[in-house]
Amino acid sequence: MLNKRLIVCLDVRNKKVTKGIKFKGNVDIGDPVEMACQYVNDGVDELVFYDITASAEKRPIDLDMVRDVAKNVFIPFSVGGGIRNVEDMRDVLLAGAEKVSVNSLAVRDPQIINQGAELFGKQCIVLGMDAQKVDKSAEFPSGYQVVIHGGRTETDKDALAWAIEAQKRGAGEICLNSIDADGMKSGYDTELTSLISNGVQIPVIASGGAGQSSHLVEVLSKTHAEAALVASMVHYGTHSCSSIKEDLNNADIPVRMDW
Amino acid sequence: MITVIDYGAGNLRSVCLALESINVPWTISSNPEEILNAERVIFPGVGAAASAVKVLKEKGLEKSIADFISSGKPFLGICLGTQIIFDFSEEDNGTECLGLIPGKVVHFNFPEDEKKSVPHMGWNQVNFTKQHPIFKDIDEASNFYFVHSFYPCPEVSEMEMATTQYGSINFTCAISKNNLVATQFHPEKSGRHGLQLLKNFSTWDGTYNA
Repeated sequence: MLNKRLIVCLDVRNKKVTKGIKFKGNVDIGDPVEMACQYVNDGVDELVFYDITASAEKRPIDLDMVRDVAKNVFIPFSVGGGIRNVEDMRDVLLAGAEKVSVNSLAVRDPQIINQGAELFGKQCIVLGMDAQKVDKSAEFPSGYQVVIHGGRTETDKDALAWAIEAQKRGAGEICLNSIDADGMKSGYDTELTSLISNGVQIPVIASGGAGQSSHLVEVLSKTHAEAALVASMVHYGTHSCSSIKEDLNNADIPVRMDW
Repeated sequence: MITVIDYGAGNLRSVCLALESINVPWTISSNPEEILNAERVIFPGVGAAASAVKVLKEKGLEKSIADFISSGKPFLGICLGTQIIFDFSEEDNGTECLGLIPGKVVHFNFPEDEKKSVPHMGWNQVNFTKQHPIFKDIDEASNFYFVHSFYPCPEVSEMEMATTQYGSINFTCAISKNNLVATQFHPEKSGRHGLQLLKNFSTWDGTYNA
């Protein structure tokens, strides 16, 4: 049986894993490769690295970091943040990443999904999508609006329609982040996750809002999400990957326990 | 020394880095003669079947792969590398493949009332139907990493070494024929079990008695 995946997300800037704290800006919490190895040894199924300042600084993704990770980590990992074109995608994949994630760029230039899928295969292309709840309307029939730039910029795209379009264009997976739930630690947005995971045939990763294992149990049992993404939950030592996996396993969610 | 065949189809680096981590010497080649003379070969790949077959033909690698396999030296196919040694793949509206293993590669088609994502992406159990030297020290039903939308259907059931269950579909995820082994999953991305499989391959003499 296909297992549900536990994914840890590492936001990286200036070669350090960082975490945004409200009103305080960003705090560095460790070395990406060291942290990645520690999570792998503790049973994480997949890793996501976001180069969070590449885009703002108008520079390519830190490929040295990607190469370093690839040398040390023998499970799948994806890289996002600051992808500008198919050349950037190629660089990241050749550096050893399994998948590359596009978010704002795909909204601006949806054709990038088609091009990436054609050149590298659908399985390499992850659509990162940030969505927020809005009143249902002709413009947003699903009641969720796509936002970009980490939630700072609204778009005219309906979340469900965009997910379906991205699938059609060749995205192999969707990493779905709820802007409303993100950082609240009160659970994933299961309504949003159900909506999108019911609406597409490609795998959906639930993201935003995890604060305890029961939140992962909920989203993985109540929706068709195939993976749940966590960040601060494990970065601060309040939870470990292995303890989350134990909890999922005890709740009869199929997870990989033989790492 | 393991020669990894380079035909422009993705994740060579992952395979080489995995070999490096277990201290197995490797080299990359797209030269037909070098490949034919290699000690042992890994034929990896991600991407689409049609363009992969086209590139192999253009580079003159089709024959050297076939000849290498006939030579009796150990050969490991991975993912797309596994799929395109079959006769035919449904991918890209039907693709004639290398025809080294009888059978075809088909798309995951689930009944309408069964909600399963395609690609089949993630960790799934590999259930051994045969004992094989490359499974040495790996437990039955260990989890390996998969990412694919098509799966192999060997015509000769004796070639099946392991199966995986995805929803209602039970498919062949590893095959063997004499000195050839081939997996649908990615050992280079499958943590310690995958590294063990690669280590086993690096010391396998290429003989197998079912």
